[in-house]
Amino acid sequence: MSTFLGMPARPPRSPYGTGNLRGDEPFPRAAHQELGNGQLRRNLHKATTTIRAKRLNVTGELPDWEALRDAGSAIKTDAMNRLPELLEQLELKVTEHGGTVHWARDAAEANEIVARLVRATGSSEVIKVKSMATQEIGLNEHLESAGITPYETDLAELIVQLAHDKPSHILVPAIHRNRDEIRQIFLDRIPGVDPELDNVPAHLAAAARAYLRQKFMTTKVAVSGANFGIAETGTLSVVESEGNGRMCLTLPDTLITVMGIEKVLPRYQDLEVFLQLLPRSSTGERMNPYTSLWTGVTPGDGPQDFHLVLLDNGRTAALADAIGRAALNCIRCSACLNVCPVYERTGGHAYASTYPGPIGAVLTPQLAGMHAADDDPNSSLPYASSLCGACFDACPVKIDIPSLLVELRHQHTEQAGTTPEKLAMKAAAAVMKRPALYTGAQKAAGLGRVVAGRDGTISRLPPPFNGWSDSRDTAAPPRRTFRAWFASDEGRATLRAAADEHDRGQGESDQGPGEPDRNQGEDGTR
Amino acid sequence: MRIGLFATCLGDTLFPDAVRSTAVLLTRLGHEVVFPPEQTCCGQMHINTGYQREPVPLVRNFAEQFGDASIDAVVMPSGSCAGSVRHQHAIVADRYGDAALRAGVAVVAAKTYELSELLVDVLGVTGVGAYFPHRVTYHPTCHSLRMLRVGDRPLRLLRAVDAIDLVELPGADSCCGFGGTFALKNAETSTAMLHDKLDSIATTGAEVCTAGDSSCLMHIGGGLSRIRSGTRTLHLARILAATRATPDVLTEAASV
Amino acid sequence: MTSARETVLGRVRDALALAPTPATAVPRAYRTGWALPDPERLALFTDRLLDYRAEVHPCTADRTAKVVAEVLRDHGARRIGVPAGLDPRWLDAYDGEVCQDAADIPAPRLDSLDAVVTASAAGCAETGTIFLDGSPDQGRRALSLVPDLHLCVVDLSSVEAGVPEAVARLVPERPTTLISGPSATSDIELERVEGVHGPRTLVVVIRTDR
Repeated sequence: MSTFLGMPARPPRSPYGTGNLRGDEPFPRAAHQELGNGQLRRNLHKATTTIRAKRLNVTGELPDWEALRDAGSAIKTDAMNRLPELLEQLELKVTEHGGTVHWARDAAEANEIVARLVRATGSSEVIKVKSMATQEIGLNEHLESAGITPYETDLAELIVQLAHDKPSHILVPAIHRNRDEIRQIFLDRIPGVDPELDNVPAHLAAAARAYLRQKFMTTKVAVSGANFGIAETGTLSVVESEGNGRMCLTLPDTLITVMGIEKVLPRYQDLEVFLQLLPRSSTGERMNPYTSLWTGVTPGDGPQDFHLVLLDNGRTAALADAIGRAALNCIRCSACLNVCPVYERTGGHAYASTYPGPIGAVLTPQLAGMHAADDDPNSSLPYASSLCGACFDACPVKIDIPSLLVELRHQHTEQAGTTPEKLAMKAAAAVMKRPALYTGAQKAAGLGRVVAGRDGTISRLPPPFNGWSDSRDTAAPPRRTFRAWFASDEGRATLRAAADEHDRGQGESDQGPGEPDRNQGEDGTR
Repeated sequence: MRIGLFATCLGDTLFPDAVRSTAVLLTRLGHEVVFPPEQTCCGQMHINTGYQREPVPLVRNFAEQFGDASIDAVVMPSGSCAGSVRHQHAIVADRYGDAALRAGVAVVAAKTYELSELLVDVLGVTGVGAYFPHRVTYHPTCHSLRMLRVGDRPLRLLRAVDAIDLVELPGADSCCGFGGTFALKNAETSTAMLHDKLDSIATTGAEVCTAGDSSCLMHIGGGLSRIRSGTRTLHLARILAATRATPDVLTEAASV
Repeated sequence: MTSARETVLGRVRDALALAPTPATAVPRAYRTGWALPDPERLALFTDRLLDYRAEVHPCTADRTAKVVAEVLRDHGARRIGVPAGLDPRWLDAYDGEVCQDAADIPAPRLDSLDAVVTASAAGCAETGTIFLDGSPDQGRRALSLVPDLHLCVVDLSSVEAGVPEAVARLVPERPTTLISGPSATSDIELERVEGVHGPRTLVVVIRTDR
């Protein structure tokens, strides 16, 4: 792997069959299950509606929100451009301050590093701070197979873990559950819980506090992710709300942090941007309750044994794509999920990856690839969007997700070989580039009138259009195309009349409603 | 002003009334409307479905048809097609085109407008002398709203229409669920989004739901027709083209 | 055999070589150097803290001991922990038991304290944030975390208007905790609930003449 000798090699995706970056079925089929779940739809609608309003309030009150987005976007892009030097600087600084840095090519390697470090402490259990990276690599499953019990300590992760469920949201992994369901999960799964527990969120949170308190006080090893790693100083950061993060980062003897290599920021000063962008975009708060910043080991304060695991697992494959790499700028705020009309209907499980929603649809295929198997489910993700663009507007680091989706669709069709769809697209383009053929095709389309019912609508279409006609009528094609009308005597006469009307209006002093404005406009353009 | 009218393939073939209204409206405002007869399709459907090689001839044809310097501006009654011309043609040209195509695309993109942009920004009008005595609600289509940033231009045009009863659409900026081939590839999700949009429209009690894109209106109108809603769809151009002298006659079936 | 470190760094370099992009300048047009007069900064800071349902007591420095004692009494805190470097005069009026923290005290024992009293390193008015940096008057991180009530004394002069100004006051190498209100969660139906694992009650005493 010597880059200075010869051609650069294309970095590999996350190895097939590892971690949680690929489901079993394509998005439309997975979505089918979720769309049929009315309770899920109501839970998601309520939650996303709530969070959207909160986000708009706190982003709207900052006079410099757009300038912060510009800065955040540029800082991340700059960091990606200078990633080699920044990673080496981060490693140097962490090491200087008493930490140990490990590198992991992929999920399996990261999992094994963490398991080895835990075993070395003699502990058979770990407490965990909510972390996307460790979810991505399937760390919990690996630790369990190694005889180590991981305890998720974030409330939502705890709910998911207790229910043997999967996270469905980046920030609020149990967003698909409502308070009644959570109450039932706690009653069923938390040992010794008060059988009178009701569904009041504060009481549910108190039950989690009581359950985890002893774990925090006694467990010797913690595993976390990181929101930011500062190259300049070696400082790592976890942004959280409940205090479970502080517990894990502070009380154990050993702390193991798994961080994707794209989480590095050049300067400590950059926190002044991201500590504004992240909380306002994610929970819609001016600031999250707790942010922890630590640099290596501090004698007499917190874990005296600190390990940082730097994870690739397909990130360099994404980095090798000049367009797609923008997805690495993501700071995991989940604003794009909360505003996405597709996510709101299907929830996160339909994406079948640790990273759901719009950002997941562009990140997952890049980390794990879209063509690792026949009908790779990941190849359906870039199409799981109406390209409405709400995600781009919400993104605090201005990732142009709709454009990335279109780009990944292109990459998919380029690699998919010859498909019926591609042939149809070619045929359509071949017809449309030749106006004579095109006009002929329009006439053929006009024949659609014969299949229309007496009311002039078509209510059933053959595949692949049956999904359309299942819920929509289609108006029968008109008798005459626009171009035919434009060239017809009737068209010419109509436009002549419209021009005459204008000339009359010019000549009249008595003008109807709207006329002054209209004339004023014309004066401005002549 | 000499305005090149791009009918869009959908408008030309399936929804000519909206294009006709655009031509009539601009002519009534004193402008010369030209229709380059060799025009076909902008290639948006190809590009948004992942095909960028195939539409190269379409992108080239568009640039050739409308590149003529005698055409001051290019207008189309579609936010998404205008968005494709302005934002996507350059991507296709950069990747699969030659220098001439890149140059041609840049020239045309710079003078391409969606209808409400042309009226408000270029022609400087909001009151266009329209008369439309009906209750109307406006759905801002995603590409006009977020790709072109037309903002409230369509609403300013509608507010100036004589006798209109304009009612606000709840959750207006939520996508209707069309999304081109999304409606086929993810038909069920698309339908779920559509039904929420239909529910919002129902709360307005409007006779007409209008928008700047025939494609989204085809989707919404198809849904309204299926549920036998009393609301029908009508392209913004048709409302703006209607006058006391030549009112638009609301047809029985949902129509774009 | 190549180490994982060399492999990953090699891949990063390869990726950048395959898709080179021009250097990016970072525009920092956002608000910096924001200053507000004392009364406005106090009002903003207080408003934000109350929004998080923290308890706020503005006072002059000479009343610190009195206010601290009142707060602790009102909350029934009979046994409190303090960092070794806390100004002892702040506790002159407190009649309960005071336990001075030390690095060798196991963290679980802090669980038996009713409250903890600390100073702070800085504050941010706009976000209602208090910064602790492990200085002797703030103590180790476990101390301000485990007890269920955290009483934090903040000098108004250390409270900056905005985030950039406050971040500029920090010393990167120190273990730093940003606290904005009591522990909270939005994990159940995205409704904010105060009080999970961190202190369920946060009391901020703002000394307006310091």
